[in-house]
Amino acid sequence: MTDTPETKSFDKAQDRPFEPVIIGFTCNWCSYRAADMAGTARMKYAPNVRLTRLMCSGRLDPTFVFKAFAGGADAVLVSGCHPGDCHYVNQNYKAMRRYHLMKRVLVQMGIEPGRLKLLWASASEGAIFAREINEFVEQVRALGPLNWNANGSQIADHVLLSVVNGQPSEAEVKA
Amino acid sequence: MSKPKFAMYWAASCGGCEIAVLNIHEKILDVDANFDVVFWPVAMDAKYKDVEAMEDGSITLCLFNGGMRNDENEHIAKLMRKKSKILVAFGSCACEGCIPGLGNFSTVDQLIDTAFTTLTTDNPQNLRPQTSYAAPEGELHIPTLNPMLKTLDQVVDVDYYMPGCPPESHQITAVVELVIAALQGKAELPPKGATIGAGLSTVCDECTRKRNVKLIKEFGRIQMIHADPELCLLEQGIPCNGLATRSGCDARCPSVGAQCIGCYGPAEGVVDYGARLIAAFASVIDSDKPEEIDRILDGLVDPAGQFYRFNLAGSLLRGGKSAHQSNDS
Repeated sequence: MTDTPETKSFDKAQDRPFEPVIIGFTCNWCSYRAADMAGTARMKYAPNVRLTRLMCSGRLDPTFVFKAFAGGADAVLVSGCHPGDCHYVNQNYKAMRRYHLMKRVLVQMGIEPGRLKLLWASASEGAIFAREINEFVEQVRALGPLNWNANGSQIADHVLLSVVNGQPSEAEVKA
Repeated sequence: MSKPKFAMYWAASCGGCEIAVLNIHEKILDVDANFDVVFWPVAMDAKYKDVEAMEDGSITLCLFNGGMRNDENEHIAKLMRKKSKILVAFGSCACEGCIPGLGNFSTVDQLIDTAFTTLTTDNPQNLRPQTSYAAPEGELHIPTLNPMLKTLDQVVDVDYYMPGCPPESHQITAVVELVIAALQGKAELPPKGATIGAGLSTVCDECTRKRNVKLIKEFGRIQMIHADPELCLLEQGIPCNGLATRSGCDARCPSVGAQCIGCYGPAEGVVDYGARLIAAFASVIDSDKPEEIDRILDGLVDPAGQFYRFNLAGSLLRGGKSAHQSNDS
């Protein structure tokens, strides 16, 4: 794939090769630990995901997801404990239901379903977490930039710059 | 002593807000007794040039309803801002876009095609509106549509927000009385940016229907369900937006058996109205299995329309991708 203005891997709005910006939400007990595990084990994965730790995936207010897209994110990752493993009994099911409903609304807004991902990862699944993120980044790269022209494109610039300048991402800092 | 000046303007709106103001009955005489009505296109003849000739800040109170659909709307919004001391975003359209804001799911071309080519339109010459036309007498202009409808505060600074589609008459009365009292030095106006003429809580808080545990196995449209007259509508699977909607209407719709559709806008502290409803609706679905969740969600035929009927232009995403992309070019 070549990074020319004619391809999807080129970000015309930013006039540079496209690096997806993905905002990720992890739960404190499983999926954040999985990311931690990937870091401690020095697994390398794409630096495009910025993780935000919530106490539980059930804490995920859909407002966070909409804000991420409105602020310039190309995709959003929601991750939590496997079904049945939730630290708070069953709140990850709530996250799952919100994910399904959010996806329907986003599709009506014209945002491709591939830009929102739900990932279950236990604390020991660092390798799975890293692999899934790599796959997700490639999937979003194929979709191209979202370039949502709404309030707060400065958020996008700020996060994009860290990719372009090669500043270490959270994943690399851990490693 | 001359009376303080009052203005009311309609941008992209239906005119219901004006009716609501007239609906305050004999209180309208108080408006007349206390204010000099200088500009109100729906009620009296006035020209834009008359307003332009007024001194800046000379209008004490301007109730501005309607969204910013075209450049004329924006021009008058900026004009009224300059001429008014207190500019109120009056009604759902000015506050959050309302029904005209649903146009943000489509591009301007799609909107015009729908208006000029669909079955209900007789247009054999396939005409389209032109924004300028060279007539023998000179160049004629009509307003140009914006790629997306904007709310009033996306264009100018707004002092107060008064939600509702339209605002309830008793709330308008209360606001008019408050402004009059403030002018006489008997009351203080709320801080700038406040929502006036509405409550701080939700429609559910004002609703008198009985509430138990909400566990929904099936959503249905209200006309398909023989609803219990006393029980919470959402518990019966009727998508009612009361949970995220601002109070102030005395829960008029649910009290007569119709679901809340959200015309009073987001409740205090809600950033994105639709997102809040997604959180709430998803929470009450009684299933942990993805396939079953999908089946239950199929009962919500138009989720984006359900959650953003009044709030699309004022939401975080402001509209659909196609409208955003045409906004870029």
